[in-house]
Amino acid sequence: MLEQWFPNVDWEKMWEATVQTLYMTAISVVATFILGIILGLLLFLTAPGNRWENKVINFIIASFVNVFRSIPFIILIILLIPFTVWLMKSMLGANAALPALIVGAAPFYARMVEIALREVDKGVIEASQSMGANDWEIIYKVLLPESMPALVSGITVTAIALVSYTAMAGVVGAGGLGNLAYLEGYQRSNPDVTLVATVIILLIVFILQIIGDVITRSLDKR
Amino acid sequence: MITLKGLHKTFNAKSGVVKAVDDVNIEIEKGEIFGIIGYSGAGKSTLIRMLNLLERPTDGTVSIDGMDLSRLKGKELRKARQEISMVFQHFNLLWSRTVKENIAFPLEIAGVSSTERKKRVDELVKLVGLEGRENAYPSQLSGGQKQRVGIARALANNPKVLLCDEATSALDPKTTDSILDLLVDINKQLGLTIVLITHEMHVIRKICHRVAVMENGRIVEQGHVLEVFQNPKEDITRDFVNQLADPGDIHKTLDHLAEEYPEGKVVNLTFVQESAEKPLISDVLRKFAVDINILQGKISQTQEGAYGKLSVLLQGEEKDIQEAIAYMESHHVGVEVIQNA
Ligand SMILES: Nc1ncnc2c1ncn2[C@@H]1O[C@H](COP(=O)(O)OP(=O)(O)O)[C@@H](O)[C@H]1O
Ligand SMILES: [Mg+2]
Repeated sequence: MLEQWFPNVDWEKMWEATVQTLYMTAISVVATFILGIILGLLLFLTAPGNRWENKVINFIIASFVNVFRSIPFIILIILLIPFTVWLMKSMLGANAALPALIVGAAPFYARMVEIALREVDKGVIEASQSMGANDWEIIYKVLLPESMPALVSGITVTAIALVSYTAMAGVVGAGGLGNLAYLEGYQRSNPDVTLVATVIILLIVFILQIIGDVITRSLDKR
Repeated sequence: MITLKGLHKTFNAKSGVVKAVDDVNIEIEKGEIFGIIGYSGAGKSTLIRMLNLLERPTDGTVSIDGMDLSRLKGKELRKARQEISMVFQHFNLLWSRTVKENIAFPLEIAGVSSTERKKRVDELVKLVGLEGRENAYPSQLSGGQKQRVGIARALANNPKVLLCDEATSALDPKTTDSILDLLVDINKQLGLTIVLITHEMHVIRKICHRVAVMENGRIVEQGHVLEVFQNPKEDITRDFVNQLADPGDIHKTLDHLAEEYPEGKVVNLTFVQESAEKPLISDVLRKFAVDINILQGKISQTQEGAYGKLSVLLQGEEKDIQEAIAYMESHHVGVEVIQNA
């Protein structure tokens, strides 16, 4: 039946592309999560009135974040070509997409992290200080756990954005479903390939959203 | 135990320089419950926050148990803070942790081993009466229960001093009383020194041994609770004391009565300690040719004895009334004549 409805779809290739999309998404989500939290924490802690108040560092990070957040992803990929080639020795394949994906998404997520941290009750931070907690303890025992639901829902939004970034990256040479839809579907006029690739991407997005929502809800005891 | 010397704190706010705390000198004894009362904005929170250096004094010294706190920094300061706990108006619990985990928090910071932690948490849960709620999250607790967690958490590392910043101001009157009872229990059982700030005279009356009245960053009056109640020197103190005796509009009613009985005198009597327990009224009736109508009265217990207020209508010859008043004054009863309007 599948043969009949989607005569041009090579299911093996489709599966391979799906795995590549999942791979790119997974690696870049993990890296974005870590990098975004570090950047977000620095943004938050160096802001005026906070523990590590520092105008210069705050300005530098904020500028970096704002610039990279504002560059359209497709242009970012092109701008990063020399960097990617230097780092990955190639512009093709799933790995080649990773630098651009992470550089594009981490600043975006860092802002969400900063906003989430600002929502943490100042009184709770103060209570921890009054108990003799040091900065590190305040970060990992208070700031991160108390903002975790927002951090998770933020990474969910970011992960979904990353899925569509992988598709764009696919068009300029990285693998995955976007690449397949463009090369096999669009350029060879096989609309059924494009359609199947789209459906799979939608499924990935839905599943990510559901997982994110479930985790967020189970973490939130407020 | 706690000595505050020449303590100042100024803030450079956008609107100008704010002298939040202005030359405060207080000596607090070991094991006492010391209250600081004042209206909102008086500088109470700023003052109490300097006792654990959450706020650094602009000038002056804070010493606790002979140690000059204002000199400490970094690690030493964090260590010292484990002995000076704080309870907050809005509880400031971690919502992401259960009751048990919240109480364990300061123990984790102090580096207590996990088996020790468990044991100590169980003791504390019992001490504050939260058995059965150990695994609840703060959002599942009532205000009073949350404050019990706050208190248990504050006691975890066996502090020398407990600081309470409006610990009952977010609670209803009944819950307030149960929390105050708990604080008195802890003070007696553990011999803990407690410093609390409040804007409610009721709190001072119920649990404090000594009180300081704060206005515009300065301590305008301080002393033993009963002395201050009996003989308030400043207007603001009198306002606070009256807030306690008068549930609202009684003064108006008394003025009204003064008008209604022009031949008599409406008099407010203040009894303290022994005088509250002597048969003064029957003495007066026997000794002087006056009639006494009791209009209203109230006796409250403080940590240092009874304190009573009685409003009476004295009727009779002017001379007899004057003699009766003099007699009562000579028996350590505060007498305030309400003037006819
Ligand atoms: N961080 C701050 N910056 C500027 N002004 C402050 C700060 N904290 C307190 N104040 C000011 O100090 C005064 C006393 O405040 P506070 O100690 O909170 O009073 P209280 O607890 O008695 O209500 C107020 O005028 C308040 O606006
Ligand atoms: Mg206050």
